[in-house]
Amino acid sequence: MNAITQIWVYLAEQPLLWLTLTVGIFWLAQQLYRLAGDFPLLNPVLVSVAVLVVLLLATGTPYHEYFDGAQFISFLLGPATVALAVPLASQAATLKRLWLPIAIALTVGSLTAVLSALAIGTALGLRGEMMLSMLPKSVTTPIAMGISDQIGGSPSLTAVFVILTGIVGAAIGIPLLRVLGLRDPVAKGFALGVGSHGIGTARAFEHSDRAGAFSGLAMGLNGALTAILVPIIVWLAGL
Amino acid sequence: MIASIAALLVLQLIGTIIIRLTGIPLPGPVVGMLILFAYLLWRGATPHALEGTTKALLSNLALLFVPAGVGIITHLHGVAAHWIALSVTLIASAAIAIVVTGFTLHWLMPAAEKDHGSA
Repeated sequence: MNAITQIWVYLAEQPLLWLTLTVGIFWLAQQLYRLAGDFPLLNPVLVSVAVLVVLLLATGTPYHEYFDGAQFISFLLGPATVALAVPLASQAATLKRLWLPIAIALTVGSLTAVLSALAIGTALGLRGEMMLSMLPKSVTTPIAMGISDQIGGSPSLTAVFVILTGIVGAAIGIPLLRVLGLRDPVAKGFALGVGSHGIGTARAFEHSDRAGAFSGLAMGLNGALTAILVPIIVWLAGL
Repeated sequence: MIASIAALLVLQLIGTIIIRLTGIPLPGPVVGMLILFAYLLWRGATPHALEGTTKALLSNLALLFVPAGVGIITHLHGVAAHWIALSVTLIASAAIAIVVTGFTLHWLMPAAEKDHGSA
């Protein structure tokens, strides 16, 4: 065994290695995304996940060994979910003024996101864990993973669906609404927040601050509402 | 900073305990978020330190998704077997949800609030 292999074997047993690689690779992916002019398909989460999966496969590292290190990052999702209350509260004045249109659009949008996935997925033959993990895909990851765990889906599979949904929504959302003649930044931002959570919100902020603020509001509200609706829908549908 | 982190963790803990005790079908951190939201509305303003900490946490939110995303490695066979159904469902459902939500809000908004931006 040569020296480099010995160092690898030693490091691979420490949580530090995969923790450092996760942060480092994400940082590089972020630089790449900026260099490419925020090209949606080079989303830093997507690129980091792809690189890490290839690394794990190439080194024959099982996921639980990787997660021993990376769990320190994952743990922060809990406090980050609690923290979503802060941007939500900053929109309190608008929320008070437009509460009825917002409440109706939120309920309609939230149901549409879940039921359209259920209908299309079922029609295309998705069943069981695969279908259940898909249902909370439109809400921000920490909430979606919590919901998935609760309804018998796979939280890690849900995380992947959530990230892909965010990338799709951010890429097609605004052009699609423009083609259909919707130009109002408030409605556009809100739609991106309901349909594609934080990644859509980041895209809405690039469009305008007003769109971004409404998108953040929609993301927070939809997270809470979906957490209530999905378990009920699963129960009603007998899944 | 430390006080804000402690506050977020305590709220998460309270949320988790409430769920354990009542069996409410919500993730613990979501209940923590709702409690904090209610508190901030009641207080009328967000404490400065909490604003800074949450901004730091939320502006790096994307990184926190990576370890869970890597979990796809344990589902490679399932995803590969269903990749067409999965992609069609994800793309179609995202598009439908965005269009329906956007137009519902637009139609319901009072005329005075409507902004026919050119962009």
